[in-house]
Amino acid sequence: MTIMTEPKKTASAVDEYSIVNARHPGRWISAAVIVFLGLLLLRSVVTNPNFGWSTVGMYIRDVSIVRGIGVTLQLTVICMAIGIVLGVVLAVMRIAANPVVRSAAYAYVSFFRGTPVLVQLLFWYNLAALYPSITFGIPGVDLDANAIITPMTAAILGLGLNQAAYMSEIVRAGILSVENGQSEAAGALGINRLQTMRRIVLPQAMRVIIPPTGNEAIGMLKATALVSVISVPELLYSAQIIYARTFETIPLLMVASLWYIVVTSILSVGQYYVERHYAKGGQRSLPATPWQQLKRFVRVHDPLALKGAKK
Amino acid sequence: MSATIRESAAAATGPGPMIKAAAVRKSYGRLEVLKGIDLQVDRGEVVCLIGPSGSGKSTLLRCINHLETIEGGRMWVDGAVMGYDLKGTKLHEQPHAKICRSRVEIGMVFQHFNLFPHMNVLENLIEAPRLVLKEKRPSATARALALLDSVGLADKAKAYPRQLSGGQQQRVAIARALCMRPKVMLFDEPTSALDPELVGEVLKVMKDLAASGMTMVVVTHEMKFARDVADRVVFMDDGYVVEQGTAQDVIGDPQHERTKAFLASVL
Repeated sequence: MTIMTEPKKTASAVDEYSIVNARHPGRWISAAVIVFLGLLLLRSVVTNPNFGWSTVGMYIRDVSIVRGIGVTLQLTVICMAIGIVLGVVLAVMRIAANPVVRSAAYAYVSFFRGTPVLVQLLFWYNLAALYPSITFGIPGVDLDANAIITPMTAAILGLGLNQAAYMSEIVRAGILSVENGQSEAAGALGINRLQTMRRIVLPQAMRVIIPPTGNEAIGMLKATALVSVISVPELLYSAQIIYARTFETIPLLMVASLWYIVVTSILSVGQYYVERHYAKGGQRSLPATPWQQLKRFVRVHDPLALKGAKK
Repeated sequence: MSATIRESAAAATGPGPMIKAAAVRKSYGRLEVLKGIDLQVDRGEVVCLIGPSGSGKSTLLRCINHLETIEGGRMWVDGAVMGYDLKGTKLHEQPHAKICRSRVEIGMVFQHFNLFPHMNVLENLIEAPRLVLKEKRPSATARALALLDSVGLADKAKAYPRQLSGGQQQRVAIARALCMRPKVMLFDEPTSALDPELVGEVLKVMKDLAASGMTMVVVTHEMKFARDVADRVVFMDDGYVVEQGTAQDVIGDPQHERTKAFLASVL
């Protein structure tokens, strides 16, 4: 026993002074100001009767609103799919050896990026005025543009083709991020260009392509609100139809906004984890997720733990 | 001198040398990097290309498997003109598919390894056999594992390139090239990107390969390797072959002033 206590004594001599971390009063003050402003905002939102919260509650799960969300999601998925597939094709065209192919892709991208998507939507919607019958230049083919171009097809064409222009730039950046030595090594092994693109270059480009594509998907979800101008019954248009009848404009816009926030939040969380997944190859250790950061914050600032440290 | 070489080059399209370059010229824009190269590599021979940077060694190596086009002269590999079809008096560049088929015979190892980082070691090895040779997975895998064993990396089949040291990566790269069963191996400064203590393990694999009778063309700054392994050393400078011969002759007793100056600076 006596042998045990002796080294303990020397240890406590070193332990005599406890370490106190630096205080940050500025952080507490700025946090207090922000919380105060937040409370002010919350109070006005809750007490202003013009928000019509009871009306919001009444319509939030209205059948036509829910159906509108369905159309919005459907449009988002279809238009993103068109955008990604066509975007990859355009990106490959942009880096082709053939200058005509390259220019064609460049012209496509500049046209669709250079005009507002709202204008494009109106163009597609009024295509029948431009080409009353669609023949594709093939004898025997004669389609009535008015019958083909419904509001929905105009919306899909408008948003999808516009999205392809942006996706092609994202995919191109991804392809260019893969160093040339990869294609060279594949070429030296006798792997042809198409296989090299599909098996070697694109899988590596994904790490660069995925994060902005997630952004684009969220942007697309919100951009679908634009097609309300060509009377596609998506979320915003469904809300508009109701307030045109009841004049409860603000509450119904709140309904639509709340739903947009809910869906984009779900997409954001998904995007965050997809990004983390594709970052795996590139970094040795991943940064903590917000949840992990929160747990760490609580652990570090735990008053009980602080007390223990002071003792 | 060049006339005699061109004569012999014309005759050497049969089962003669493994690689033959005759008056090969190559420019990048205005800059001429190969100014008429004549070179012959016999079957089973190990040739080291040495010379200062910018002398055209790597470019010449990349012309052999047509990673670079040439602007003059001709390059034969295994008796066939590489990358071009002779029609009348003109050499027409071959379609890409045909060039790919020729490249199957020519393995290449790069300075920066260029392994595919999204695939593990085994997948790196069997990718080309499966895509290009249309080989079934089991037979490609069997050969790949045997090759990994021979380069001392049998336990790394499931590792990803990033998890390996530079020396291990380069040995994987050599195994990947060998997995296509090439007739000739090209090495483009295979140890230049390695930490000094990792150079030896790569050179050992290359020595084993040379001993097995593989035809090899090696661009290198490793004079000791050249002296120990090369059947012939070729000194290049400013787009010309300045001097060539056995390692003893070229490195031990250089005749040309530029060779002497270069060797004095690296030895």
